[in-house]
Amino acid sequence: MSRSSRARKAEALAKTLLGMAALLALSAALGFIGYIFYRGAGYVDWAFLTQAPRKFMTEGGIYPVIVGTVYLTVWTALFALPVGIMAGIYLSEYAPRTVTTRIMRLAIANMAGVPSIVYGLFGVALFVIQMGFNRSIVAGALTLACMTLPVIITSTEEALRQIPTDLRHASLALGATKLRTIRKVILPVAGPGIITGSILGLSRAAGETAPILFTAVAFFAPIASGPLDETMALPYHLYIMATQSTKPAPNMVWGTAFVLVAGISMLNVVVAIWRSAQRRKIRW
Amino acid sequence: MSEPRNTTRPSIGRPGISRAAEGLAKTIIIISGWTAIALLGAIAAYLFIESRSAISEVGLWSMISGELWYPTSKTAQYGFLPSETGTLWVAIVALMLCVPVGVASAVYISEFADKRIKDVYKSVIEFMAGIPSVVLGLIGLSLLAPWVRTTFGLDTGLTAFAAGLMVGVMCLPTIISIAEDALHAVPSELRMGSLALGNTRWQTTYRVTIPAASSGIFAAIMLGMGRAIGETMVVLMLAGNSGIIPNTPFLPARTLPGTIAGELGEVVRGGQHYSVLFAMGLVLFMVTFVINLAADSVLERQRRRWRR
Repeated sequence: MSRSSRARKAEALAKTLLGMAALLALSAALGFIGYIFYRGAGYVDWAFLTQAPRKFMTEGGIYPVIVGTVYLTVWTALFALPVGIMAGIYLSEYAPRTVTTRIMRLAIANMAGVPSIVYGLFGVALFVIQMGFNRSIVAGALTLACMTLPVIITSTEEALRQIPTDLRHASLALGATKLRTIRKVILPVAGPGIITGSILGLSRAAGETAPILFTAVAFFAPIASGPLDETMALPYHLYIMATQSTKPAPNMVWGTAFVLVAGISMLNVVVAIWRSAQRRKIRW
Repeated sequence: MSEPRNTTRPSIGRPGISRAAEGLAKTIIIISGWTAIALLGAIAAYLFIESRSAISEVGLWSMISGELWYPTSKTAQYGFLPSETGTLWVAIVALMLCVPVGVASAVYISEFADKRIKDVYKSVIEFMAGIPSVVLGLIGLSLLAPWVRTTFGLDTGLTAFAAGLMVGVMCLPTIISIAEDALHAVPSELRMGSLALGNTRWQTTYRVTIPAASSGIFAAIMLGMGRAIGETMVVLMLAGNSGIIPNTPFLPARTLPGTIAGELGEVVRGGQHYSVLFAMGLVLFMVTFVINLAADSVLERQRRRWRR
Protein backbone atom coordinates (compact mmCIF):
# COMPACT_ATOMS: atom_id res chain seq x y z
CA MET A 1 0.00 0.00 0.00
CA SER A 2 2.58 2.54 1.08
CA ARG A 3 4.84 1.41 -1.72
CA SER A 4 2.23 1.96 -4.34
CA SER A 5 1.28 5.34 -2.93
CA ARG A 6 4.92 6.30 -2.99
CA ALA A 7 5.09 5.19 -6.58
CA ARG A 8 2.05 7.27 -7.38
CA LYS A 9 3.64 10.30 -5.75
CA ALA A 10 6.86 9.72 -7.69
CA GLU A 11 4.81 9.43 -10.84
CA ALA A 12 3.08 12.76 -10.23
CA LEU A 13 6.34 14.48 -9.32
CA ALA A 14 8.16 13.12 -12.35
CA LYS A 15 5.35 14.07 -14.64
CA THR A 16 5.29 17.61 -13.25
CA LEU A 17 9.05 18.07 -13.56
CA LEU A 18 9.20 16.68 -17.09
CA GLY A 19 6.21 18.76 -18.07
CA MET A 20 7.89 21.86 -16.69
CA ALA A 21 10.99 21.18 -18.76
CA ALA A 22 8.87 20.71 -21.84
CA LEU A 23 7.04 23.92 -21.05
CA LEU A 24 10.33 25.76 -20.61
CA ALA A 25 11.54 24.75 -24.06
CA LEU A 26 8.16 25.62 -25.53
CA SER A 27 8.03 29.02 -23.88
CA ALA A 28 11.57 29.81 -25.07
CA ALA A 29 10.47 29.09 -28.63
CA LEU A 30 7.23 31.06 -28.36
CA GLY A 31 8.90 33.82 -26.35
CA PHE A 32 11.54 34.44 -29.00
CA ILE A 33 9.02 34.52 -31.79
CA GLY A 34 6.75 36.80 -29.79
CA TYR A 35 9.61 39.11 -28.86
CA ILE A 36 10.73 39.54 -32.45
CA PHE A 37 7.15 40.27 -33.42
CA TYR A 38 6.75 42.72 -30.54
CA ARG A 39 9.93 44.63 -31.29
CA GLY A 40 9.88 44.52 -35.05
CA ALA A 41 6.38 44.35 -36.44
CA GLY A 42 5.56 47.98 -35.74
CA TYR A 43 8.40 49.28 -37.88
CA VAL A 44 7.58 47.31 -40.96
CA ASP A 45 5.45 49.09 -43.48
CA TRP A 46 5.31 49.31 -47.23
CA ALA A 47 8.03 51.94 -47.43
CA PHE A 48 10.36 49.81 -45.29
CA LEU A 49 10.00 46.92 -47.71
CA THR A 50 10.31 48.91 -50.92
CA GLN A 51 12.87 51.66 -50.25
CA ALA A 52 16.62 51.64 -50.21
CA PRO A 53 18.41 52.49 -46.97
CA ARG A 54 19.38 56.13 -46.43
CA LYS A 55 21.74 58.04 -44.13
CA PHE A 56 24.05 55.14 -43.25
CA MET A 57 21.22 52.69 -42.71
CA THR A 58 19.46 54.79 -40.12
CA GLU A 59 16.52 55.64 -42.35
CA GLY A 60 14.68 54.33 -45.31
CA GLY A 61 14.01 50.70 -46.03
CA ILE A 62 15.73 47.43 -46.76
CA TYR A 63 14.54 46.68 -50.27
CA PRO A 64 17.98 45.88 -51.77
CA VAL A 65 18.76 43.69 -48.76
CA ILE A 66 15.62 41.63 -49.29
CA VAL A 67 16.36 41.31 -52.99
CA GLY A 68 19.89 40.16 -52.17
CA THR A 69 18.65 37.39 -49.90
CA VAL A 70 16.12 36.30 -52.51
CA TYR A 71 18.87 36.16 -55.16
CA LEU A 72 21.14 34.16 -52.90
CA THR A 73 18.41 31.71 -51.99
CA VAL A 74 17.26 31.19 -55.58
CA TRP A 75 20.80 30.53 -56.74
CA THR A 76 21.33 28.19 -53.81
CA ALA A 77 18.23 26.28 -54.89
CA LEU A 78 19.50 26.11 -58.47
CA PHE A 79 22.76 24.55 -57.33
CA ALA A 80 21.52 22.34 -54.52
CA LEU A 81 18.20 20.97 -55.75
CA PRO A 82 19.27 18.98 -58.82
CA VAL A 83 22.25 17.35 -57.13
CA GLY A 84 20.47 16.82 -53.83
CA ILE A 85 17.35 15.28 -55.34
CA MET A 86 19.37 12.99 -57.60
CA ALA A 87 21.52 11.90 -54.69
CA GLY A 88 18.35 11.14 -52.75
CA ILE A 89 17.01 9.13 -55.67
CA TYR A 90 20.27 7.23 -55.81
CA LEU A 91 20.17 6.33 -52.13
CA SER A 92 16.56 5.26 -52.20
CA GLU A 93 16.30 3.53 -55.59
CA TYR A 94 19.74 2.47 -56.74
CA ALA A 95 22.14 2.16 -53.83
CA PRO A 96 23.09 -1.42 -53.03
CA ARG A 97 23.23 -2.48 -49.40
CA THR A 98 26.96 -2.31 -49.16
CA VAL A 99 29.62 -0.75 -47.03
CA THR A 100 30.04 2.01 -49.61
CA THR A 101 26.40 3.03 -49.24
CA ARG A 102 26.77 2.98 -45.50
CA ILE A 103 29.76 5.33 -45.81
CA MET A 104 27.73 7.58 -48.11
CA ARG A 105 25.01 7.87 -45.49
CA LEU A 106 27.60 8.50 -42.83
CA ALA A 107 29.11 11.27 -44.96
CA ILE A 108 25.69 12.89 -45.43
CA ALA A 109 24.90 12.75 -41.72
CA ASN A 110 28.32 14.14 -40.98
CA MET A 111 27.98 16.98 -43.48
CA ALA A 112 24.88 18.12 -41.61
CA GLY A 113 27.01 18.52 -38.50
CA VAL A 114 29.90 20.47 -40.02
CA PRO A 115 29.90 23.97 -38.46
CA SER A 116 28.62 26.69 -40.75
CA ILE A 117 31.82 28.70 -40.43
CA VAL A 118 33.79 25.73 -41.78
CA TYR A 119 31.59 25.87 -44.88
CA GLY A 120 32.48 29.53 -45.03
CA LEU A 121 36.20 28.73 -45.00
CA PHE A 122 35.70 26.05 -47.63
CA GLY A 123 33.76 28.50 -49.79
CA VAL A 124 36.55 31.07 -49.53
CA ALA A 125 39.22 28.56 -50.49
CA LEU A 126 37.37 26.84 -53.33
CA PHE A 127 34.76 29.17 -54.79
CA VAL A 128 36.13 32.62 -54.00
CA ILE A 129 39.82 32.01 -54.63
CA GLN A 130 40.38 28.80 -56.55
CA MET A 131 37.46 29.17 -58.95
CA GLY A 132 37.87 32.93 -59.07
CA PHE A 133 34.28 33.93 -58.36
CA ASN A 134 35.47 36.48 -55.77
CA ARG A 135 32.84 37.74 -53.38
CA SER A 136 29.72 37.10 -55.38
CA ILE A 137 26.25 35.68 -55.33
CA VAL A 138 27.55 32.56 -57.10
CA ALA A 139 30.29 31.91 -54.56
CA GLY A 140 27.91 32.48 -51.64
CA ALA A 141 25.15 30.37 -53.18
CA LEU A 142 27.54 27.50 -53.89
CA THR A 143 28.70 27.62 -50.27
CA LEU A 144 25.12 27.65 -49.01
CA ALA A 145 24.26 24.85 -51.44
CA CYS A 146 26.96 22.61 -49.94
CA MET A 147 25.48 23.27 -46.53
CA THR A 148 21.90 22.61 -47.63
CA LEU A 149 22.66 19.43 -49.58
CA PRO A 150 22.37 16.99 -46.66
CA VAL A 151 18.91 18.34 -45.81
CA ILE A 152 17.71 17.98 -49.39
CA ILE A 153 19.21 14.51 -49.81
CA THR A 154 17.72 13.24 -46.58
CA SER A 155 14.26 14.62 -47.20
CA THR A 156 14.22 13.31 -50.77
CA GLU A 157 15.25 9.87 -49.63
CA GLU A 158 12.63 9.87 -46.88
CA ALA A 159 9.90 11.00 -49.26
CA LEU A 160 10.82 8.25 -51.73
CA ARG A 161 10.92 5.60 -49.04
CA GLN A 162 7.37 6.31 -48.02
CA ILE A 163 6.09 5.17 -51.40
CA PRO A 164 4.87 1.57 -51.30
CA THR A 165 7.03 -0.89 -53.22
CA ASP A 166 3.89 -2.24 -54.94
CA LEU A 167 3.68 0.95 -56.93
CA ARG A 168 7.21 0.45 -58.23
CA HIS A 169 6.56 -3.19 -59.02
CA ALA A 170 3.32 -2.38 -60.83
CA SER A 171 5.08 0.11 -63.05
CA LEU A 172 7.99 -2.24 -63.74
CA ALA A 173 5.57 -5.08 -64.49
CA LEU A 174 3.94 -2.93 -67.15
CA GLY A 175 7.29 -2.82 -68.89
CA ALA A 176 8.45 0.60 -67.80
CA THR A 177 12.17 0.93 -67.23
CA LYS A 178 13.48 1.85 -63.83
CA LEU A 179 14.16 5.45 -64.83
CA ARG A 180 10.73 5.80 -66.40
CA THR A 181 9.19 4.43 -63.23
CA ILE A 182 11.05 7.00 -61.21
CA ARG A 183 10.12 9.83 -63.53
CA LYS A 184 6.49 9.02 -64.19
CA VAL A 185 5.36 7.20 -61.05
CA ILE A 186 7.59 7.83 -58.09
CA LEU A 187 8.60 11.47 -58.44
CA PRO A 188 5.05 12.76 -59.02
CA VAL A 189 3.88 11.01 -55.85
CA ALA A 190 6.93 11.91 -53.78
CA GLY A 191 7.10 15.47 -55.16
CA PRO A 192 5.32 17.27 -52.32
CA GLY A 193 7.50 15.58 -49.71
CA ILE A 194 10.68 16.39 -51.58
CA ILE A 195 9.68 20.00 -52.14
CA THR A 196 8.63 20.52 -48.52
CA GLY A 197 11.90 19.18 -47.18
CA SER A 198 13.94 21.12 -49.70
CA ILE A 199 12.24 24.41 -48.96
CA LEU A 200 12.75 23.86 -45.24
CA GLY A 201 16.44 23.40 -45.99
CA LEU A 202 16.57 26.42 -48.25
CA SER A 203 14.81 28.62 -45.73
CA ARG A 204 17.49 27.69 -43.21
CA ALA A 205 20.10 28.66 -45.80
CA ALA A 206 18.38 32.03 -46.29
CA GLY A 207 18.93 32.80 -42.60
CA GLU A 208 22.56 31.71 -42.44
CA THR A 209 25.24 34.32 -41.87
CA ALA A 210 28.56 32.56 -41.34
CA PRO A 211 28.82 30.83 -44.75
CA ILE A 212 28.18 34.04 -46.70
CA LEU A 213 30.21 36.30 -44.44
CA PHE A 214 33.31 36.04 -46.64
CA THR A 215 31.89 34.61 -49.83
CA ALA A 216 29.05 36.86 -50.92
CA VAL A 217 28.04 39.83 -48.84
CA ALA A 218 28.88 43.46 -48.45
CA PHE A 219 27.30 45.83 -45.97
CA PHE A 220 26.54 48.23 -48.73
CA ALA A 221 26.17 47.17 -52.33
CA PRO A 222 23.76 48.12 -55.07
CA ILE A 223 21.25 45.54 -56.23
CA ALA A 224 23.28 42.93 -58.07
CA SER A 225 23.10 43.12 -61.84
CA GLY A 226 24.42 39.60 -62.29
CA PRO A 227 25.36 36.51 -60.30
CA LEU A 228 29.02 37.58 -60.17
CA ASP A 229 28.29 40.75 -58.19
CA GLU A 230 28.43 40.95 -54.43
CA THR A 231 25.20 41.54 -52.65
CA MET A 232 23.54 42.63 -49.45
CA ALA A 233 21.70 40.01 -47.44
CA LEU A 234 19.30 40.15 -44.50
CA PRO A 235 21.26 38.06 -41.95
CA TYR A 236 24.52 39.87 -42.57
CA HIS A 237 22.82 43.26 -42.60
CA LEU A 238 21.28 42.42 -39.26
CA TYR A 239 24.60 41.26 -37.84
CA ILE A 240 26.40 44.43 -38.81
CA MET A 241 23.64 46.72 -37.65
CA ALA A 242 23.35 44.89 -34.34
CA THR A 243 27.05 44.87 -33.54
CA GLN A 244 29.04 47.39 -35.47
CA SER A 245 27.07 50.38 -36.53
CA THR A 246 28.02 53.47 -34.59
CA LYS A 247 24.51 54.76 -34.22
CA PRO A 248 22.12 51.85 -34.14
CA ALA A 249 18.61 52.64 -35.25
CA PRO A 250 16.33 50.20 -33.45
CA ASN A 251 13.65 50.42 -36.07
CA MET A 252 16.06 49.27 -38.77
CA VAL A 253 17.54 46.47 -36.65
CA TRP A 254 14.28 45.00 -35.36
CA GLY A 255 12.45 45.64 -38.59
CA THR A 256 15.09 43.64 -40.43
CA ALA A 257 14.95 40.84 -37.87
CA PHE A 258 11.18 40.73 -38.19
CA VAL A 259 11.30 40.64 -41.98
CA LEU A 260 13.83 37.80 -41.91
CA VAL A 261 11.92 35.67 -39.42
CA ALA A 262 8.52 36.46 -40.94
CA GLY A 263 9.78 35.65 -44.43
CA ILE A 264 11.18 32.30 -43.36
CA SER A 265 8.11 31.36 -41.36
CA MET A 266 5.71 32.39 -44.09
CA LEU A 267 7.59 30.21 -46.52
CA ASN A 268 7.36 27.28 -44.11
CA VAL A 269 3.68 27.78 -43.34
CA VAL A 270 2.72 28.08 -47.00
CA VAL A 271 4.65 24.94 -47.82
CA ALA A 272 3.12 23.03 -44.89
CA ILE A 273 -0.40 23.97 -45.97
CA TRP A 274 0.31 23.06 -49.58
CA ARG A 275 1.80 19.77 -48.47
CA SER A 276 -1.18 18.71 -46.43
CA ALA A 277 -3.47 19.65 -49.33
CA GLN A 278 -1.37 17.47 -51.63
CA ARG A 279 -1.37 14.66 -49.13
CA ARG A 280 -5.14 14.54 -49.09
CA LYS A 281 -5.13 13.96 -52.85
CA ILE A 282 -3.11 10.76 -52.69
CA ARG A 283 -4.27 7.84 -50.63
CA TRP A 284 -3.46 4.22 -50.44
CA MET B 1 5.20 -20.10 -83.32
CA SER B 2 8.37 -20.02 -85.31
CA GLU B 3 7.91 -16.31 -85.88
CA PRO B 4 11.07 -14.57 -84.66
CA ARG B 5 10.42 -12.74 -81.41
CA ASN B 6 12.22 -9.57 -82.28
CA THR B 7 9.65 -8.47 -84.84
CA THR B 8 7.60 -7.16 -81.95
CA ARG B 9 10.57 -5.63 -80.20
CA PRO B 10 10.55 -2.14 -81.71
CA SER B 11 7.07 -1.35 -80.45
CA ILE B 12 7.97 -2.14 -76.84
CA GLY B 13 11.61 -1.15 -76.64
CA ARG B 14 12.74 2.41 -76.44
CA PRO B 15 14.55 3.84 -79.44
CA GLY B 16 18.32 3.77 -79.14
CA ILE B 17 18.60 7.46 -78.29
CA SER B 18 16.33 7.32 -75.29
CA ARG B 19 18.06 4.19 -74.10
CA ALA B 20 21.33 6.11 -74.25
CA ALA B 21 19.68 8.96 -72.36
CA GLU B 22 18.57 6.47 -69.77
CA GLY B 23 22.11 5.23 -69.30
CA LEU B 24 23.37 8.79 -69.02
CA ALA B 25 20.71 9.70 -66.47
CA LYS B 26 21.58 6.68 -64.41
CA THR B 27 25.25 7.62 -64.49
CA ILE B 28 24.45 11.17 -63.38
CA ILE B 29 22.30 9.84 -60.54
CA ILE B 30 25.08 7.54 -59.38
CA ILE B 31 27.60 10.38 -59.52
CA SER B 32 25.25 12.56 -57.48
CA GLY B 33 25.14 9.83 -54.87
CA TRP B 34 28.84 10.35 -54.35
CA THR B 35 28.69 14.14 -53.86
CA ALA B 36 28.43 13.98 -50.08
CA ILE B 37 31.58 11.92 -49.79
CA ALA B 38 33.33 14.05 -52.40
CA LEU B 39 32.34 17.30 -50.67
CA LEU B 40 33.37 16.10 -47.24
CA GLY B 41 36.71 15.06 -48.71
CA ALA B 42 37.05 18.39 -50.50
CA ILE B 43 36.32 20.33 -47.30
CA ALA B 44 39.04 18.42 -45.46
CA ALA B 45 41.45 18.79 -48.39
CA TYR B 46 40.95 22.55 -48.81
CA LEU B 47 41.20 23.23 -45.11
CA PHE B 48 44.43 21.28 -45.08
CA ILE B 49 45.85 22.92 -48.21
CA GLU B 50 45.13 26.43 -46.94
CA SER B 51 46.53 25.72 -43.50
CA ARG B 52 49.70 24.02 -44.76
CA SER B 53 51.91 27.09 -44.46
CA ALA B 54 50.68 27.73 -40.89
CA ILE B 55 51.31 24.11 -39.96
CA SER B 56 54.82 24.14 -41.36
CA GLU B 57 55.77 27.61 -40.10
CA VAL B 58 54.04 27.73 -36.72
CA GLY B 59 53.44 24.04 -36.10
CA LEU B 60 50.09 22.41 -35.45
CA TRP B 61 50.84 21.44 -31.87
CA SER B 62 52.26 24.82 -30.90
CA MET B 63 49.07 26.41 -32.22
CA ILE B 64 46.80 23.98 -30.38
CA SER B 65 48.73 24.34 -27.13
CA GLY B 66 49.77 27.98 -27.46
CA GLU B 67 48.46 30.27 -24.73
CA LEU B 68 48.78 33.62 -26.47
CA TRP B 69 46.68 34.92 -29.32
CA TYR B 70 48.27 38.07 -30.72
CA PRO B 71 47.82 37.54 -34.45
CA THR B 72 48.48 41.13 -35.44
CA SER B 73 51.46 42.06 -33.28
CA LYS B 74 54.92 42.28 -34.81
CA THR B 75 56.00 38.95 -33.34
CA ALA B 76 52.70 37.30 -33.92
CA GLN B 77 51.51 34.67 -31.45
CA TYR B 78 49.03 32.13 -32.70
CA GLY B 79 47.96 30.15 -29.65
CA PHE B 80 44.54 28.54 -29.86
CA LEU B 81 44.12 27.99 -26.12
CA PRO B 82 42.07 31.16 -25.46
CA SER B 83 39.64 30.11 -28.18
CA GLU B 84 39.64 26.49 -27.12
CA THR B 85 38.92 27.36 -23.49
CA GLY B 86 36.18 29.74 -24.53
CA THR B 87 34.64 27.11 -26.78
CA LEU B 88 34.73 24.67 -23.91
CA TRP B 89 33.04 27.07 -21.48
CA VAL B 90 30.33 27.92 -23.98
CA ALA B 91 29.74 24.24 -24.67
CA ILE B 92 29.65 23.33 -20.97
CA VAL B 93 27.14 26.06 -20.14
CA ALA B 94 25.08 25.17 -23.20
CA LEU B 95 25.02 21.46 -22.34
CA MET B 96 24.14 22.15 -18.71
CA LEU B 97 21.08 23.94 -19.98
CA CYS B 98 20.04 21.86 -22.96
CA VAL B 99 20.77 18.32 -21.79
CA PRO B 100 18.42 18.24 -18.77
CA VAL B 101 15.76 20.41 -20.38
CA GLY B 102 16.01 18.73 -23.78
CA VAL B 103 16.02 15.13 -22.56
CA ALA B 104 13.24 15.80 -20.04
CA SER B 105 11.12 17.46 -22.72
CA ALA B 106 11.70 14.54 -25.06
CA VAL B 107 10.69 12.06 -22.34
CA TYR B 108 7.59 14.07 -21.53
CA ILE B 109 6.28 14.39 -25.08
CA SER B 110 7.21 10.84 -25.97
CA GLU B 111 5.92 9.07 -22.86
CA PHE B 112 3.32 11.30 -21.21
CA ALA B 113 1.81 13.76 -23.69
CA ASP B 114 -1.04 12.72 -25.94
CA LYS B 115 -0.62 12.71 -29.67
CA ARG B 116 -2.18 16.09 -30.45
CA ILE B 117 0.00 17.91 -27.94
CA LYS B 118 3.00 16.02 -29.24
CA ASP B 119 2.37 17.09 -32.84
CA VAL B 120 1.88 20.74 -31.94
CA TYR B 121 4.91 20.66 -29.67
CA LYS B 122 7.14 19.18 -32.30
CA SER B 123 6.13 21.72 -34.89
CA VAL B 124 6.77 24.63 -32.51
CA ILE B 125 10.21 23.22 -31.72
CA GLU B 126 10.83 22.73 -35.43
CA PHE B 127 9.87 26.35 -35.88
CA MET B 128 12.36 27.40 -33.25
CA ALA B 129 15.08 25.48 -35.06
CA GLY B 130 14.31 27.68 -38.06
CA ILE B 131 15.02 30.99 -36.33
CA PRO B 132 18.31 32.24 -37.82
CA SER B 133 21.17 32.26 -35.35
CA VAL B 134 21.88 35.93 -36.03
CA VAL B 135 18.37 36.77 -34.81
CA LEU B 136 18.95 34.76 -31.64
CA GLY B 137 22.20 36.67 -31.24
CA LEU B 138 20.27 39.93 -31.49
CA ILE B 139 17.76 38.77 -28.87
CA GLY B 140 20.70 37.75 -26.71
CA LEU B 141 22.24 41.21 -27.05
CA SER B 142 19.09 43.00 -26.06
CA LEU B 143 17.71 40.67 -23.36
CA LEU B 144 20.21 38.09 -22.16
CA ALA B 145 23.44 40.11 -21.91
CA PRO B 146 21.94 42.90 -19.76
CA TRP B 147 20.26 40.28 -17.57
CA VAL B 148 23.51 38.36 -17.08
CA ARG B 149 25.36 41.59 -16.27
CA THR B 150 22.96 42.76 -13.57
CA THR B 151 22.16 39.32 -12.11
CA PHE B 152 25.76 38.29 -11.61
CA GLY B 153 27.12 41.79 -11.02
CA LEU B 154 29.59 41.72 -13.90
CA ASP B 155 31.30 44.51 -15.80
CA THR B 156 29.85 43.25 -19.02
CA GLY B 157 27.15 40.78 -19.90
CA LEU B 158 28.99 39.68 -23.01
CA THR B 159 30.48 36.52 -21.53
CA ALA B 160 30.89 32.85 -22.28
CA PHE B 161 27.97 32.30 -19.91
CA ALA B 162 25.57 34.49 -21.89
CA ALA B 163 26.67 32.93 -25.17
CA GLY B 164 26.41 29.46 -23.65
CA LEU B 165 22.85 30.04 -22.48
CA MET B 166 21.77 31.12 -25.94
CA VAL B 167 23.66 28.31 -27.64
CA GLY B 168 22.00 25.91 -25.20
CA VAL B 169 18.61 27.12 -26.34
CA MET B 170 19.72 26.66 -29.93
CA CYS B 171 20.71 23.06 -29.26
CA LEU B 172 17.34 22.23 -27.71
CA PRO B 173 15.58 21.34 -31.00
CA THR B 174 18.42 18.98 -31.97
CA ILE B 175 18.41 17.17 -28.64
CA ILE B 176 14.63 17.06 -28.28
CA SER B 177 13.96 15.69 -31.74
CA ILE B 178 16.71 13.04 -31.73
CA ALA B 179 16.06 11.90 -28.16
CA GLU B 180 12.35 11.75 -28.93
CA ASP B 181 13.05 9.62 -32.00
CA ALA B 182 15.14 7.28 -29.87
CA LEU B 183 12.39 6.91 -27.26
CA HIS B 184 9.78 6.47 -29.94
CA ALA B 185 11.80 3.68 -31.53
CA VAL B 186 11.64 1.56 -28.37
CA PRO B 187 9.16 -1.24 -29.16
CA SER B 188 5.90 -0.78 -27.30
CA GLU B 189 5.98 -4.44 -26.19
CA LEU B 190 8.68 -3.47 -23.72
CA ARG B 191 6.47 -0.79 -22.19
CA MET B 192 3.44 -3.06 -22.22
CA GLY B 193 5.38 -5.79 -20.49
CA SER B 194 6.51 -3.47 -17.76
CA LEU B 195 3.05 -1.95 -17.27
CA ALA B 196 1.52 -5.43 -17.16
CA LEU B 197 3.85 -6.30 -14.29
CA GLY B 198 2.25 -3.52 -12.31
CA ASN B 199 4.80 -0.75 -12.79
CA THR B 200 3.56 2.81 -13.05
CA ARG B 201 4.23 4.79 -16.19
CA TRP B 202 7.12 6.65 -14.64
CA GLN B 203 8.68 3.43 -13.32
CA THR B 204 8.33 1.98 -16.80
CA THR B 205 9.86 5.08 -18.31
CA TYR B 206 12.97 5.28 -16.20
CA ARG B 207 13.57 1.56 -15.69
CA VAL B 208 12.67 0.29 -19.14
CA THR B 209 12.17 2.90 -21.81
CA ILE B 210 15.02 5.28 -21.01
CA PRO B 211 17.61 2.49 -20.59
CA ALA B 212 16.43 0.96 -23.86
CA ALA B 213 16.78 4.30 -25.63
CA SER B 214 19.94 5.31 -23.79
CA SER B 215 22.29 5.06 -26.73
CA GLY B 216 20.00 7.21 -28.87
CA ILE B 217 19.73 9.77 -26.09
CA PHE B 218 23.50 9.71 -25.77
CA ALA B 219 23.80 10.34 -29.51
CA ALA B 220 21.37 13.25 -29.20
CA ILE B 221 23.57 14.79 -26.52
CA MET B 222 26.66 14.27 -28.68
CA LEU B 223 25.02 15.96 -31.66
CA GLY B 224 23.91 18.81 -29.42
CA MET B 225 27.49 19.17 -28.27
CA GLY B 226 28.68 19.23 -31.87
CA ARG B 227 26.28 22.05 -32.58
CA ALA B 228 27.36 23.93 -29.45
CA ILE B 229 31.01 23.73 -30.43
CA GLY B 230 30.39 24.81 -34.01
CA GLU B 231 27.87 27.58 -33.45
CA THR B 232 29.25 30.79 -34.87
CA MET B 233 27.04 33.86 -34.97
CA VAL B 234 25.60 33.66 -31.46
CA VAL B 235 29.03 33.38 -29.86
CA LEU B 236 30.47 36.04 -32.13
CA MET B 237 27.77 38.43 -30.95
CA LEU B 238 27.48 37.38 -27.29
CA ALA B 239 30.76 35.92 -26.00
CA GLY B 240 32.69 39.18 -25.88
CA ASN B 241 35.65 38.02 -27.99
CA SER B 242 38.36 38.71 -25.47
CA GLY B 243 41.84 37.40 -26.15
CA ILE B 244 42.64 36.10 -22.68
CA ILE B 245 42.12 32.58 -21.40
CA PRO B 246 38.93 32.75 -19.32
CA ASN B 247 39.12 31.03 -15.93
CA THR B 248 35.38 31.13 -15.39
CA PRO B 249 32.43 31.29 -17.81
CA PHE B 250 31.60 34.72 -16.39
CA LEU B 251 34.38 36.40 -18.35
CA PRO B 252 34.40 37.61 -21.93
CA ALA B 253 35.72 34.83 -24.13
CA ARG B 254 36.28 33.90 -27.72
CA THR B 255 35.57 30.60 -29.39
CA LEU B 256 37.10 28.82 -32.36
CA PRO B 257 34.22 29.60 -34.77
CA GLY B 258 33.89 33.12 -33.39
CA THR B 259 37.58 33.84 -33.92
CA ILE B 260 37.46 32.61 -37.51
CA ALA B 261 34.32 34.57 -38.29
CA GLY B 262 35.59 37.68 -36.57
CA GLU B 263 39.01 37.81 -38.14
CA LEU B 264 38.92 36.22 -41.58
CA GLY B 265 37.49 39.41 -43.04
CA GLU B 266 40.50 41.46 -41.96
CA VAL B 267 43.41 39.24 -42.94
CA VAL B 268 45.58 39.31 -46.03
CA ARG B 269 44.63 36.53 -48.38
CA GLY B 270 47.33 33.88 -48.37
CA GLY B 271 49.16 35.48 -45.42
CA GLN B 272 50.18 33.71 -42.24
CA HIS B 273 47.22 34.87 -40.15
CA TYR B 274 44.92 33.71 -42.93
CA SER B 275 46.53 30.31 -42.97
CA VAL B 276 46.36 30.06 -39.18
CA LEU B 277 42.63 30.74 -39.29
CA PHE B 278 42.28 27.84 -41.73
CA ALA B 279 44.28 25.67 -39.34
CA MET B 280 41.79 26.67 -36.66
CA GLY B 281 39.01 25.65 -39.03
CA LEU B 282 40.77 22.33 -39.57
CA VAL B 283 40.91 21.70 -35.82
CA LEU B 284 37.24 22.64 -35.49
CA PHE B 285 36.33 20.41 -38.42
CA MET B 286 38.19 17.43 -37.00
CA VAL B 287 36.65 17.81 -33.55
CA THR B 288 33.09 18.05 -34.86
CA PHE B 289 33.80 15.26 -37.36
CA VAL B 290 34.79 12.87 -34.59
CA ILE B 291 31.79 13.87 -32.47
CA ASN B 292 29.36 13.43 -35.36
CA LEU B 293 30.89 10.14 -36.38
CA ALA B 294 30.64 8.78 -32.85
CA ALA B 295 27.05 9.96 -32.49
CA ASP B 296 26.12 8.49 -35.84
CA SER B 297 27.58 5.08 -35.19
CA VAL B 298 25.76 4.94 -31.85
CA LEU B 299 22.52 5.88 -33.61
CA GLU B 300 23.09 3.28 -36.29
CA ARG B 301 23.67 0.55 -33.73
CA GLN B 302 20.47 1.51 -31.96
CA ARG B 303 18.57 1.49 -35.24
CA ARG B 304 19.82 -1.99 -36.02
CA ARG B 305 18.88 -3.20 -32.56
CA TRP B 306 15.20 -2.37 -32.89
CA ARG B 307 14.85 -3.22 -36.54
CA ARG B 308 12.47 -6.06 -37.13
